[in-house]
Amino acid sequence: MIDKIFASVDAAVDDIPDGASIMIGGFGTAGMPDELIEGLIASGARDLTVINNNAGNGDVGVAALIAADRVRKIICSFPRQTDSHHFDAAYRAGKIELELVPQGNLAARIQAAGAGLGAIFTPTGYGTLLADGKETRNIKGRDFVLEYPIHADFALIKAEQGDRWGNLTYRKTARNFGPIMAMAAKVAIAQVSRIVPLGEIDPEIVVTPGIFVQRVVEISPTSRRFLEREEAACPN
Amino acid sequence: MSKLSRDEMAARVAQDIPDGSYVNLGIGLPTRVADFLPAGREIVLQSENGLLGMGPAPAAEGADPELINAGKQPVTLLAGGSFFHHADSFTMMRGGHIDICVLGAFQVSIYGDLANWHTGAADAIPAVGGAMDLAIGAKRTFVMMEMFTREGSSKLVERCTYPLTGIGCVSRVYSDIGVFDVGAPGVRVVELIDGLTVPALEAMTGLSFSG
Repeated sequence: MIDKIFASVDAAVDDIPDGASIMIGGFGTAGMPDELIEGLIASGARDLTVINNNAGNGDVGVAALIAADRVRKIICSFPRQTDSHHFDAAYRAGKIELELVPQGNLAARIQAAGAGLGAIFTPTGYGTLLADGKETRNIKGRDFVLEYPIHADFALIKAEQGDRWGNLTYRKTARNFGPIMAMAAKVAIAQVSRIVPLGEIDPEIVVTPGIFVQRVVEISPTSRRFLEREEAACPN
Repeated sequence: MSKLSRDEMAARVAQDIPDGSYVNLGIGLPTRVADFLPAGREIVLQSENGLLGMGPAPAAEGADPELINAGKQPVTLLAGGSFFHHADSFTMMRGGHIDICVLGAFQVSIYGDLANWHTGAADAIPAVGGAMDLAIGAKRTFVMMEMFTREGSSKLVERCTYPLTGIGCVSRVYSDIGVFDVGAPGVRVVELIDGLTVPALEAMTGLSFSG
């Protein structure tokens, strides 16, 4: 029998070692798996390489991981924002390495890893600083840059519904990088708002088929972690 | 001679977006174009973070933190809209499925090169987001910008001095003093604000325009 459901966040992220590469879903805070990241911080793992679109917003999620000094390197498209103060401070202090990747190349390289491709030729970035030193090729009159897949040891993503086979649906623009990161990581861990019995998700609307997901944890609006976080945000 | 306001520039860009277009509006100034799309045209807005058929901002109580635009502000979804993941979103751009994208710029060259992601300053933290994909992927890339910096130098230039976003990717520039076509043959005036002449423009910018 297949059962990918983990009883707790802590159990789901417990074996992430120091030095691991971790894809983290989310565009800004939409789709950011805050509870899994809290579990990762509690686990103590450090020297992490994080792949995310941004470099943290405010004080939770990737921002909290950076503030806790756990991230050695970040691969992202858009680090600098009005609320990226934890990244900005770590970067200016020379404590974090930045690899800047155009957003579409980031998505394509993650997808290429999941799809088992050796490399891609992309037109994005040709002739710019972000293609400096990279191999290029002119194909049928257009210039392309050779870019390699981005793999990761783990992916932490947020989804809406999940079942024990790992099938997932998402909610609105929280979907963003979740489906492609699940494919590209050796171990994809999804926090979901609701675990449902096998067969309840209409197969026509499954977005991530279970083969791409190894662990599912429910973070329901009535869970202890969720309530604690809400309470911390509004003490009254 | 009175320069166009930012809203007037946005309205001018909106006039040139045909019925039935799929459009991506960059963050910052281009976002305003959405407020001026002419009534009676069905124009579908795409947002890089995975939605097509983006609607206006909701009333404060209707804001959903999981329904946002590329600028991470709450938006709404129109009937017929859809959600998709990031690889599909950038397939729409890079694959040439978006008809028009409108971007802001630090500089545009008369040959259509774009610089809009990095000033190159030593202490700046660079951020590129989707700019490089959008610039080269859409069927037509429009730039919307004020013609001069605060210091008075022209942002339309012979050659960009800031790091490039894309080469030869911009087809038209909408500015506060006129509209210009750019590309391999150089720059051509489409229209100028009342009272501005081509010789005066050439004196102000140091560029030569064909008319």
